[in-house]
Amino acid sequence: MEAHTETTTQAGQILASATGGKRRAGDRIFSNAAVIASVTVLAILAGVAIFLLIKSAPAVTASASDLPDGKTLVDYIAPLAFGTVLAALIAVIVAVPLAVAVALFISHIAPRRIANTLAYIVDLLAAIPSIIYGLWGIFVLGPAIVPVLDWLAGNLDFIPLFKGPASVTGRTMLTVGLVLALMILPIVSAVAREVFAQTPRRLEEGALALGATRWEMIRMSVLPFGKSAVISGSMLGLGRALGETMAVTIILSVSGIVSFNLISQENPTPIAANIALKFPESSGLDVNALIASGLVLFGITLVVNMIARLIISRSNIQ
Amino acid sequence: MEDERDEMPETADTSTDATAAETANDGLATDLARTAEANKGRGAQKVERKAKRFEVKDVNLYYGKFHAVEDVSMTIEPNRVTALIGSSGCGKTTMLRSLNRMHELTPGASVKGQVMLDDEDIYRANVDPVEVRRLVGMVFQQPNPFPTMSVAENVAAGLTLNQRGISKSDKAEVVERSLRGAHLWDEVKDRLDRPGSGLSGGQQQRLCIARAIAVEPEVLLMDEPCSALDPIATLAIEDLIEDLKGRYTIVIVTHNMQQAARASDSTAFFNLEATGKPGRLVEMGPTQEMFTKPGKKETEDYVSGRFG
Amino acid sequence: MEAHRGENPDAAFEPDDQVNPLGGSSVSGGTLPSWFLWAVVGASALVALAILFATGGFKIVLFFLLTFGLALPTTYIWSRFAETRRQATDRLVTISIVAGFGIAVGPLISLLYEVIKRGTAGLSAGFLTDDARGAIGAAGGANHAIIGTLVITGVATLISVPIGIMAAIYLNEYGKGRLRRALTFFVDVMTGIPSIVAGLFAYALFAIFLGPGIRLGIIGSVALSVLMIPIVIRSAEEILKIVPNHLREAAYALGTPKWKVVSKIVLPTALAGLVTGVMLAIARVIGETAPLLVTTGVIDQTNTNPFDGRMQNLAVYAYSEYKDPGVQVQASYDKAWAAALTLIVIVMVLSLLARFIYRRFGTDLR
Repeated sequence: MEAHTETTTQAGQILASATGGKRRAGDRIFSNAAVIASVTVLAILAGVAIFLLIKSAPAVTASASDLPDGKTLVDYIAPLAFGTVLAALIAVIVAVPLAVAVALFISHIAPRRIANTLAYIVDLLAAIPSIIYGLWGIFVLGPAIVPVLDWLAGNLDFIPLFKGPASVTGRTMLTVGLVLALMILPIVSAVAREVFAQTPRRLEEGALALGATRWEMIRMSVLPFGKSAVISGSMLGLGRALGETMAVTIILSVSGIVSFNLISQENPTPIAANIALKFPESSGLDVNALIASGLVLFGITLVVNMIARLIISRSNIQ
Repeated sequence: MEDERDEMPETADTSTDATAAETANDGLATDLARTAEANKGRGAQKVERKAKRFEVKDVNLYYGKFHAVEDVSMTIEPNRVTALIGSSGCGKTTMLRSLNRMHELTPGASVKGQVMLDDEDIYRANVDPVEVRRLVGMVFQQPNPFPTMSVAENVAAGLTLNQRGISKSDKAEVVERSLRGAHLWDEVKDRLDRPGSGLSGGQQQRLCIARAIAVEPEVLLMDEPCSALDPIATLAIEDLIEDLKGRYTIVIVTHNMQQAARASDSTAFFNLEATGKPGRLVEMGPTQEMFTKPGKKETEDYVSGRFG
Repeated sequence: MEAHRGENPDAAFEPDDQVNPLGGSSVSGGTLPSWFLWAVVGASALVALAILFATGGFKIVLFFLLTFGLALPTTYIWSRFAETRRQATDRLVTISIVAGFGIAVGPLISLLYEVIKRGTAGLSAGFLTDDARGAIGAAGGANHAIIGTLVITGVATLISVPIGIMAAIYLNEYGKGRLRRALTFFVDVMTGIPSIVAGLFAYALFAIFLGPGIRLGIIGSVALSVLMIPIVIRSAEEILKIVPNHLREAAYALGTPKWKVVSKIVLPTALAGLVTGVMLAIARVIGETAPLLVTTGVIDQTNTNPFDGRMQNLAVYAYSEYKDPGVQVQASYDKAWAAALTLIVIVMVLSLLARFIYRRFGTDLR
C-alpha cells in the first residue's frame, strides 16, 4: 500500500510538473521561425508586385513628352509586349513537338539502361546559363542559319513571316525563337517525360493486347494520359521564354518595331531585352518607364505560371 | 513431464466442455500448459521494480469524424503482460497509441475519456504529452533505429534528445545497462559505434527495445513487435518480454493468437460489430481463461479460428 | 505470329490491315530485320556526305537535314511495301522521334564544343588571376569577376538557405490543409519569376531607401535570393517528404518535443538531400546576368565588399566584354568566351558534385 502511494505521488509530481498548457520554449521558437520563413516567402512575392508598382507610378502619371521616345506609357510598352509574346510563341511552337519527341524517346524507345543518362543530358540544356546561349546564338547559330534565311526569303516570301530581306548576320526573330526553344525544351520535356513514364501498365498493355504497333499504343494510351502534363509543361516553358533576357538581348538586332517578319534585320524588341539594353544608362523617368514595362512582364508571366500550376494541381501530376 | 501429463486431462476436459473446435484449442492448450509449467517452476512473479497500472475509463477514439474505438474501459495490471488481440481494423493499435498520447499526432485525431496512469489522468488539461511519452515507451512493428546514429547513440537517443545533459560515462553505463536489459549486449558490445541499421531484423528490434527502456519508462507498449521477424527472433523477443515484466508494465498488440497465449498474462479481445462501425472491447480476462473458457461466444469464435 | 497474320503466311506482302484493321500486325515488328532503321539512317548519312562533298563542303545543319530528309521517306516507302501500312507508320514515327532527339541534342553538343574551342583560345595565364583594371587588348583577366561571382552568390546563398529550409520545414512538418496547399502553389509560381524582374525588384527595394542609381553587390544577392528561395524550398520539401514517418514516431515515442524531432532526427537524416538541393540552386543562379546588370553594375577591379560599390560576376563580365569590346575586338570576344567556359565548368562541377554527395552520403532510407 505504501509503495503504491509513493508511486502515485511520483507520477503526480512528474505529470503535474510538466509545462503542459504552455508549450515549451523550444517548440514555440522553432515553429514561429518556420512560420515567419513561410510568410517571408509570400511577402517577397507580394513585395515584387508592390515595389515595382511604386517605382512605376511616376511613369504612369507622366505625360508622353517626358517619357522615352515621346510616347504615352501604353504606346511605349505595347510594342515591347508584342516582341516578348512573339519570341515566346515561336519558342513554344518549336519546342513542344520536339520536347514530346524527346520525352517519348527517353520513356518508350531508348533502352532502359541508358534512359537515365539521356534524361540527364537533356536536363543539361537547362543548366547552361543564358548568356552562353546568347554568345552561341550570335556567333554560331546566327551565321549558320543565314543560308536558311536566304532560302526562305527567296522561296517563301509570299508568307508574311518570311518576307525578308534576309538578315546577313542571322540576328533575327527566327534565330531567337530557336534558341529560346532550346532553352525551354528541357522544362517541357522533363514534365512530359515524368508523366509518360508513369502511364499505367494496364493502359499500355490494353493497347498492345489489341495488336497495336508501338506508335499506335503511344497514340492510344500514352499521349492521352499525358495530355495535361504536356499542356502544363508547355505553359511553364512559355513562362520561361517570356521572361528570358540575355539570350534575346545578345542575339536579336532590335528596332522596337511591330512586325511578323521573322527573318529580317529589323525586329520587335521584347520587354526583357529592352530593359537589359537601356537600364544601365538610363536615369530619371526613363527608369520608371522601364520598371513599368518590367511590371507588365511580371504580370504576364505570373498569369501564365498560375494557369500552368493550376492545371498541374488539378490533374495531380507531380 | 509427469506434471504435464497430469495437466493434459484437465485441458482435454475443458476442450470437450467448450463447444470450440478441439484441434485449435489443443494447440493453444499445449502452449498454455507449457507456460503454466514454466511459471510454476519459477514460483511467484519476480517483481524487480513496481511499475504502474493503467486504468482506462470510457475511452472513445476518433479520426476526425470517424469513430474508431468505442467505450473502452479496462484495467492493465502493473508488472504484467497484457495482450490486445482482435482481427485487423478492430482498433487495437489505435487503442494502444492512445495510451502514450501518440494517437493525437495524426491530424484530426481526438480522444474522449480518461486514461489513468496510477491515478493521474494523462489526458488532463495541462498535461504535456511529451512527458507522458517519457513515462510510457513504445516499440513499433517495423524496427526503426535512427539511420544517422550508431548503436550506442541509438540506445542513448532518448536521453540525448530529451534535453538531459548527460556525461559520457553515464551514457556508456546507461547504454550497457539497456542493452543487457534487452538481451542484446553480448551481440553488439564490439560494434557499439557502428550504424544501427547494420544489424539483423531481430537485433534491430531489440535495439529499439533497449532504446525504449533506456529512458526508464513505467510502461512499455509494443505494437506487433514480432510480425516483421523470423520465428527464432520472435522467440528471443518473447523471452525478453517475459524478463522485462519484472520491471515494467507491458501492453502488446498482436494478431498472432499463439503469441498472445504464450507471452501474456491477461488478454483483451477487441472486435468490430460490422464494417464501418467502431471497434469495441468485447471481453478481457486472464489469458488462460480467455483461450480455454471465454465468457462470450464472439471471443470463443475468434480464438478458435472461426473468423479473423 | 502466323495466327495474327491470317491463314496464309505467304500473305505477308498483302496489306490485309484494310480488311481486318486490328489484325496482321504485332508489336515486335514486322518482317524487316531489326537493324533496318539503323541501316537506312546509316545509308542516308553516307549519301548525304557524298552529296555535300560533291557540292561544296560539309555543313552540319545541311548534313543533318539531308540525312533525315533521305531516311524518313525511304523508311516509310520501303516498310510500306515490305510490311504493312501500319508498320510503316510505326517505323516512320520511330525515326522521326529519333530525329527529334537529335535536333535537341545536336545543338547541345555544338554549344559545348564551341564554348570549349573558343573559350580555351581566350584563356591566358592571367585570366583567372588578374582583374581588368587598365587592361588593354589581351591583357588582364577576370579575377574580379570570379571573386565577384563567389561573393554575390555566396551572400545570396546565406540569405536563401535559412529562409528556404525553414519554409520547407513549415510546409512539411507543421503546415496543414489549405494553407499548406496555397503556400506550395505560390512557391511554385515564384519559380517562374523572370530573372530580370527579380533584379528590378531588388533595385526598387534599395532605391527607395538609398536613392536611385544605386549599385551594390548586396542588391544583386537579394535579387538572386528571390530566384533561389523557391528552388531551395521545393527541393527541400521533396527531401523532407521522403524521410520516413516511422523515424519521427520513434522519436516522439521516446518523449521528444517536436522541435527536436525535426532538428535532431529529420534534418540530419535529410542532410545529404538538402545539401544537394542547395547546390543545384546555386548552380542555377551562378550564371545569371540580367538581374545583376540592373543591380550590381559593371566594374573592372576586384571588390569583395558587398555593401560598398559595384561588383561584377562572370556572366556580366562575359556580356560586357561582348557588348563593349576594347580596341582589339577579338581579344575581348575571346575573353567573353573564356568567361563562358569558366562558368560552364563551375556549373558542371557543382551539379556533378551535388549528385555525388547525394549518392555517397544520402542516408539509406528503407
